[in-house]
Amino acid sequence: MSGYAHPEALVDTAWVAEHLNDPKVRIVECDEDILLYDQGHIPGAVKIDWVGELNDPIIRDYLDRERFEQLMVSKGISNDTTVVFYGDKHNWWATYALWVFKLFEHPDARIMNGGRAKWIAEGRPLTREVPSYPPGEYRAPERNDAAIRAFRDQVLAHIRQSGTALVDVRSPQEYTGERLHMPEYPQEGALRGGHIPTAVNIPWASAVREDSTFKSADELRELYASKGITPDKDVIAYCRIGERSSHTWFVLKYLLGYPKVRNYDGSWTEWGNAVGLPIEK
Amino acid sequence: MSDLSSALPPRLRAIVAEFQAADRAEKLELLLEYSDRLPPLPDHLRNNRAAMEQVHECATPVYAAVESHDGRLTFHIDVPEESPTVRGYAALLCDGLEGATPEDVLAIPGDFFYAMGLHQVLSPQRLNGISYLLAYLKRLATRELAKRNG
Repeated sequence: MSGYAHPEALVDTAWVAEHLNDPKVRIVECDEDILLYDQGHIPGAVKIDWVGELNDPIIRDYLDRERFEQLMVSKGISNDTTVVFYGDKHNWWATYALWVFKLFEHPDARIMNGGRAKWIAEGRPLTREVPSYPPGEYRAPERNDAAIRAFRDQVLAHIRQSGTALVDVRSPQEYTGERLHMPEYPQEGALRGGHIPTAVNIPWASAVREDSTFKSADELRELYASKGITPDKDVIAYCRIGERSSHTWFVLKYLLGYPKVRNYDGSWTEWGNAVGLPIEK
Repeated sequence: MSDLSSALPPRLRAIVAEFQAADRAEKLELLLEYSDRLPPLPDHLRNNRAAMEQVHECATPVYAAVESHDGRLTFHIDVPEESPTVRGYAALLCDGLEGATPEDVLAIPGDFFYAMGLHQVLSPQRLNGISYLLAYLKRLATRELAKRNG
């Protein structure tokens, strides 16, 4: 993991195996499939379901400070806990959960490199036993959207400014407007296909190797810089609902150390449907 | 629900009732139990993708096939273990439609899973994917019907 700007944001599977009983560490699984954790998880890991636990049930938004505190208490997480996320699909939902934790400025949040797939491929143990921990002690600040989250109007201003960059991390077919969702996924949710003007297309999963671990710092730098996504710019990433782009956000911010990166979680399901917003095909 | 009940084969009706009586956590447990119980493919279908139909709208690689004995259907569905939600849904369909006629299958309302309350535990995205599965089984049933009548 040498060469990354913030190598401490990443741990490997061996590190996790050595810290399964460390009371200062909480392992958190976050998956696309809501039953995957229940089918078998890393011993001692707790589950966070992005639909039920991170999203507000009424407003299209994330949970507020009070509910985040309750969630932390219920998972046995305190302000000084090291939280390590892992999950399915190259850690796609794991980085999404980490991003939400960072909206509340949780200090020590990391990703297990390679995620669930690598843990299993290495023959490491899984269990169905759901652990129980003493309640955490947590005081969260108000959610801070300004630093790492972008809203529609900000994106509209962003694409008219110089010194900015916009990265569309969806599949090439979604970027061109041929599809409204990834290949193989049900087509849904947007009236128009295409992308936000000025966006370049760098599919999120191009940042990982076949074993789901992140590519080297040099490879990643080249991948993004070759399309004009460079650290001197104010960068916004988006996808369909903000989950794939939180993966790219993690790469740019923690692995490459870009100073200003935000995730536009409204993404194509907002932009592609919104009245009065321009698109490109 | 009375209209729906009469439109469902008895085995599927019992499964729907089982889910209806379950709270949110129990629904997930039930779905996982079904996922665990999805029968393995019979020998002649194992490693024989050409004999099965891929459910293209599903985010996970799902394959389905049907067999008919005396006009009664048996569905076989293959879903990877990494997708327990889809697996669970596939398993309850296999179980619920065991021994049904093609007409029974075609009469099932496409949104019957709402009655099970699955929309309370699965996000719209997740529901969207699984709703295609029944449509594929109906396509297979239509084919069996055509064979029988043709």
